[in-house]
Amino acid sequence: MAVKDIAFLDGLSIQTSQMLLVLILAPLLTGLVRSAKARLLRKQGPSVLQPYRDLLRLVRKEAVVAESASWLFRVVPYLVFAATWVAAALIPTFATGLLFSWSADLIVIIALLGSARFFLALAGLDVGTSFGGIGSSREAMIATLAEPALIMIVFTLALVAGSTQLSTIAGIMLAPGVGLRVSLGMALAALVIVAIAENARIPVDNPATHLELTMVHEAMVLEYSGRHLALIELASSLKLLLYISLIACVFFPWGLAPAGSPLYVHLLGAAAYAGKLAFAGLLLAGFETAIAKMRVFRVPDFLGAALMLGFLGVLLLFMSKSL
Amino acid sequence: MSALPPLDVMLWCVLALLATGVAAIVIGRNAWARWPVYCACLAISGIACAFALLHLIVHPAAAWEAVLPLGLPWIGAHFRIDALAAFFLVVINLGAAAASLYGLGYGRHESAPERVLPFFPVFLAGMNMVLLAADAFTFLLSWEFMSLASWALVMTHHRDDDNRKAGFVYIVMASFGTLALLLAFGLLAGAEGGYAFATIREQGAPPGLTGLVLALALLGTGSKAGLVPLHVWLPLAHPAAPSHVSALMSGVMTKVAIYAFIRIVFDLLGPIGWEWAIPVLIIGAATAVLGVLSALMQNDIKRVLAYSTIENIGLIFVALGLAMAFQGNGMQAAAALAMTAALFHVLNHSLFKNLLFFGAGAVLSATGERAMEKLGGLLNRMPVTGLLFLVGSVAISALPPLNGFASEWLMFQAILLSPELPQWALKLLVPAVGALLALAAALAAACFVRAFGITFLGRPRSEAAAGAHEIDRLSIAAMAIVAVLCLLTGIVPAVVIDAVAPTVQFATGTRMPVQTDIAWLSIVPIAESRSSYNGLLVFVFIVASASAAAFVIHRVASDKLRRAPAWDCGFPDASTVTQYSADSFAQPLRRVFGGFAFRAREEVHMPLPGNGNPARLTVHMHDLVWEGLYLPIVRLINVLAEKLNHLQFLTIRRYLSLVFGALVFLLLVVASWP
Repeated sequence: MAVKDIAFLDGLSIQTSQMLLVLILAPLLTGLVRSAKARLLRKQGPSVLQPYRDLLRLVRKEAVVAESASWLFRVVPYLVFAATWVAAALIPTFATGLLFSWSADLIVIIALLGSARFFLALAGLDVGTSFGGIGSSREAMIATLAEPALIMIVFTLALVAGSTQLSTIAGIMLAPGVGLRVSLGMALAALVIVAIAENARIPVDNPATHLELTMVHEAMVLEYSGRHLALIELASSLKLLLYISLIACVFFPWGLAPAGSPLYVHLLGAAAYAGKLAFAGLLLAGFETAIAKMRVFRVPDFLGAALMLGFLGVLLLFMSKSL
Repeated sequence: MSALPPLDVMLWCVLALLATGVAAIVIGRNAWARWPVYCACLAISGIACAFALLHLIVHPAAAWEAVLPLGLPWIGAHFRIDALAAFFLVVINLGAAAASLYGLGYGRHESAPERVLPFFPVFLAGMNMVLLAADAFTFLLSWEFMSLASWALVMTHHRDDDNRKAGFVYIVMASFGTLALLLAFGLLAGAEGGYAFATIREQGAPPGLTGLVLALALLGTGSKAGLVPLHVWLPLAHPAAPSHVSALMSGVMTKVAIYAFIRIVFDLLGPIGWEWAIPVLIIGAATAVLGVLSALMQNDIKRVLAYSTIENIGLIFVALGLAMAFQGNGMQAAAALAMTAALFHVLNHSLFKNLLFFGAGAVLSATGERAMEKLGGLLNRMPVTGLLFLVGSVAISALPPLNGFASEWLMFQAILLSPELPQWALKLLVPAVGALLALAAALAAACFVRAFGITFLGRPRSEAAAGAHEIDRLSIAAMAIVAVLCLLTGIVPAVVIDAVAPTVQFATGTRMPVQTDIAWLSIVPIAESRSSYNGLLVFVFIVASASAAAFVIHRVASDKLRRAPAWDCGFPDASTVTQYSADSFAQPLRRVFGGFAFRAREEVHMPLPGNGNPARLTVHMHDLVWEGLYLPIVRLINVLAEKLNHLQFLTIRRYLSLVFGALVFLLLVVASWP
């Protein structure tokens, strides 16, 4: 009884600390990417803490809502934020012993992001402007291409690990038997492509622009202001963090503290996680600086590549379990 | 219970429905007639649903049979209720009860009640009879009864040309489907004519003809359910009927077809080989993707819903195909999982499709419009209908935590078991089907962002939409009940899985592990280390974190709100046509998928410089199934009819010689018959 209680408390404390950790780190990650990009362009750039200041400034302001907007417009930011936060909180970041990790497997986490996107796309249509509509319709197009690719990636992982449960997958990836595999490399490449598209990064979308006809995400949230905008910005940061955590948890799970390990292992895990986040953020900044944005109707080819990579990965695993 | 066996109750219910139909002929012309008729339907469906549910829970393994001295004298009419029939009876009578409640309010807008009221109860009776029938004759008779009653309902507004065309295509396809089923049962009954299901079950599949029976069953049930390429009538006929009948046809009647497929393939035919799963999987996946792509291109909201029905039928058939593949290889647990997913989706689709058609009916009665291009801004004018339609949209888009996701998640779990299949063909096919399923789910989400967003959000695009008002309370009550069921079945899927377990046991010989015993009401299809999902926790987490965020921000930071004109990058336009429309929303997806699926082509007519006329964009799209399959058949029939027409203008000598020739030919056939 006592042992069970302790395990429960352990899980609860890890779960709670992870929920707070992702919430606190997400704006920092966005700030890091922005300032690294500025440095790469030889600009001074804002401090890495700027996103926190932006969020604080936004929540303190009054929200301006368009006259034609419905109640849904005011509810969506909370729903989007909540769905993204819950999804981010269920991915093992520094420890696998999350109390509620069994309440959602990888497919549920993907679908939770789908729910967030569904509501955000509705909000884009709510005010009845052309910019909102353009963003929503393109977001819908990108999502329809990204989702089959994601399912193929899930399939590859499930074939290797025999599970769609993230803590189990991470455990199996950590085990010595897995090693380097071509199929996993393909799944990684596919997941990176999907992550870039889903987070509206260059070359699919440009997070830094507000007045460009090819924009997707920023067009969708154009009518938002004040606390609503703050929540949506926070949700976007969380989503970027989520995808990086997902890639780290599945493909680079080193340092993840297994369930029931002592406190210092968890601290080490947290440090490793912070290192992974920083590395991925810098990599993303370098990648975005190095390439140009593509035309919106090139995106299907880009995401088609992800789908093909995922499919090839599955086929390779059918050929041989060890590939 | 023993005093009143469920089968007797069911048969009395059918009789009561038929009597209601007869009574409705007498009183149907009166405006008040909808009260007694729909109230009777509501009460009878409610009783039937309760007894079917009771049977499923209390006597999961039992079966009641009865033979009535009706129909063909040497067969009689066999009726039977077992776990399979009971589950579908629950689904159908639940949908029927909701539609009756909705009809109480919605029916007041009906211009010709005498064309709806008699056929509505008869249609319900027909569907119940199909499920209860236990011999081929009664089954086919009930099937035709159901088809004809629904045809009469489709033809309610028969003065509309489109509706007449819909009715014609529907009755042709329905007859074709019945013909295919007739042949299938003929083969199953064998030379001795054992038409009772019990006899068919005993003698099993006719040797060497399994494939043929399966193909005929697929044609017969697929034409009713709407499988590609037999779906052409569905998007015409379902929207043509009054909305609560559309809901019944889309949400419920298609399920009767699914029932017939399960009955033939999993029950009557006996064990079949894995290879027959391949056509079912391919057709199911093609139906799902083509259905939802077509839905995305439609502008009529009821037609969007009808095409989305085709998509969902595709999903259910994929799950059934998986169950066949697993069962053919003796993987009983996996087959049970796939079958559970299929039945769960049957229930879910009947719930949310009813809800959505009710919502579309509410929009129609509030604005008189079905074209999305003329709607918009309805959420401000019809907040409750809007919220309920939103619940249905989220559910059908397979998004957590509502019920559509729970069943699709089970389907993906079944697909993830495919590597254990021994055959290469299935091993390679199933992941591809999984990718198509994911594509269909994502397209469905896009489709319902479009359907809800263009209809209920934005600014009103017409006077009618601007002046819309909330509809009556009875209709809202019907929608609310179904919406609550969508939520409940979504957050506690374990209860549903356990409730359908007897049916799964009946169809596949085994069942999924008991789910309601698992802590926190999670669902765990195979093992917790493999995958698990807890809709309740996900729902609670989302609600809790959204409320917490709202509370903290409103308390600590700011809760001030100001209304202002839309920002729109500084160029807001007062005209409502500058909004994104249904067509413009679909444009990116049409560019990506339309060229392949519809041979879509865009033509831009740009006026010369100096010419003040507006530029025009024309989109050309083709229904490839209709043009490639049906039009050639129509042409062939026309040519043949023209040729045969000559036979009607012969002289008496030629007629006599024709008769003589026919006689000689038939004698030769008889003489040479072994």
